[in-house]
Amino acid sequence: METYTAMRHFADSWALLGMTLFFLGVVAFIFRPGAKKAANQAASIPLKED
Amino acid sequence: MKYTVETILLGVGAFLALVGAGFAEDRLFAAHMWVLFFVLFGGTIVLMRRVDFRPALAGHAPQHREYFDEVVKYGVIATVFWGVVGFLVGVIVALQLAFPDLNIEPWFNFGRVRPLHTSAVIFAFGGNALIATSFYVVQRTSRARLFGGNLGWFVFWGYQLFIVLAATGYLLGITQGREYAEPEWYVDLWLTIVWVAYLIVFLGTILVRKEPHIYVANWFYLAFIVTIAMLHIVNNLTVPVSFLGSKSYSAFAGVQDALTQWWYGHNAVGFFLTAGFLAMMYYFIPKQVNRPVYSYRLSIIHFWSLIFMYIWAGPHHLHYTALPDWAQTLGMVFSVMLWMPSWGGMINGLMTLSGAWDKIRTDPVVRMMVMAVAFYGMATFEGPMMSIKAVNSLSHYTDWTIGHVHSGALGWNGLITFGAVYYLVPKLWNRERLYSLRMVNWHFWLATLGIVVYAATMWVAGIQQGLMWREYDDQGFLVYSFAESVAAMFPYYVMRAAGGALFLAGALLMAFNVTMTILGRVRDEASILDAAALPAAAE
Repeated sequence: METYTAMRHFADSWALLGMTLFFLGVVAFIFRPGAKKAANQAASIPLKED
Repeated sequence: MKYTVETILLGVGAFLALVGAGFAEDRLFAAHMWVLFFVLFGGTIVLMRRVDFRPALAGHAPQHREYFDEVVKYGVIATVFWGVVGFLVGVIVALQLAFPDLNIEPWFNFGRVRPLHTSAVIFAFGGNALIATSFYVVQRTSRARLFGGNLGWFVFWGYQLFIVLAATGYLLGITQGREYAEPEWYVDLWLTIVWVAYLIVFLGTILVRKEPHIYVANWFYLAFIVTIAMLHIVNNLTVPVSFLGSKSYSAFAGVQDALTQWWYGHNAVGFFLTAGFLAMMYYFIPKQVNRPVYSYRLSIIHFWSLIFMYIWAGPHHLHYTALPDWAQTLGMVFSVMLWMPSWGGMINGLMTLSGAWDKIRTDPVVRMMVMAVAFYGMATFEGPMMSIKAVNSLSHYTDWTIGHVHSGALGWNGLITFGAVYYLVPKLWNRERLYSLRMVNWHFWLATLGIVVYAATMWVAGIQQGLMWREYDDQGFLVYSFAESVAAMFPYYVMRAAGGALFLAGALLMAFNVTMTILGRVRDEASILDAAALPAAAE
């Protein structure tokens, strides 16, 4: 198969699926139990010092 | 400090520039190398005058635990300086469009001065603001000194050299003809070196951090640095005609070349002008209002959705061209989807003020930042709308696009940077407060009014232009010639220049205010707090 065609098929199949799953994983990870507490701690980082 | 190696390298560089000037293949390359020679030679002399003959360790203060803020100070001054220059050139090009006699051949015609304006405001003003604030923010949120020692200085001065070479190149007539990527191959190579050093400094600081979590602002900065590196390299893949000549040809041809250019162009907007400045928003707004960001988890979603969507939006610059239809539609759909993360981020920035809304009334710096976020929301609503093919068929190639760009650039990038500068200057120079808060208020209103005049004028101008171009009579002939649509723009171009002048006036006030603050002056003025206080219950 021509390189362009091969890359094109890969891009709109497995690569697309991989990126979508990664993104959904990120969203799911943010709503895991205990994430709120961790997020509140992270949000206070800039206010700790000058 | 001793700069032996640096001085020698600068001297060698100056010599090589001289050799380049002597053996140049074309006149323009020779002229450009002369510019480079004088800059590097001047730099060498400055460094040699700073040679310190004290024993090696005598001059070393044990300052390595402290933050490396000297380079940030230089960066803030450079930001203000290039800002004023860029806005001034903007007013000049606006006047050139209204009054063509102001085009002075050959160096100062519109075609050469316009990229000078765009590069000065985006890369010189915006770029310096990004480098300076990223160095400031990454140290504080990582609780670590900037990585790489003097490499930070190399990034700063190397970037200034890039700006000088790009700017002088445009005026000489050296250009690749790629929008926002005009510098030729050798200047591009230099920027690549500087950018890699920037990445090392920034990423190195994150790697040696003492704070376990990487604060979200640093994610945005890092995305900006990494993506710009990728965009810059791919879009500037060219073959030079000669290694001592100023001309090169793109590695791509035809529509692939156009798509590569707009993949670069739109992501420069997405990652330079959006991601990097969002990093400023996520640090400086919480600092100025002294509250954590409204929702940290929303900021994470904001980050990832922005990263995943922006990269596909570029084709909307090529609607109704030779680009395949599916690619145009893809660009449009992703642009429309981008509206969601953009507004998520805007809401996150604005809601950070919840419980401290009174600060909009009492603190002009907060007011400036809030207006910036409001313009971010407005521009990121207008952009997706304009990317819809049906709308684009009216708006494309008209001044509406220029208006859209400026409400984003002046409103969002400009105001958030001004806010960051007003926050940073008293902190960096250890002053109790700014020279004058009332001047900040004046700056706020001049800038806001300027943007509103600019954007509103360009809406009317653009829509009129678009309608004139597509007006047919009942015989099927075009009603207006192109020249008639140009002549009709005159009043709008004058008004646009007036709007830009207001914005420039505000920036001049900022330059004065910042200078006086650095000099340690404090203006004797009535507090904003008193004037804005609620009517006191006197009786």
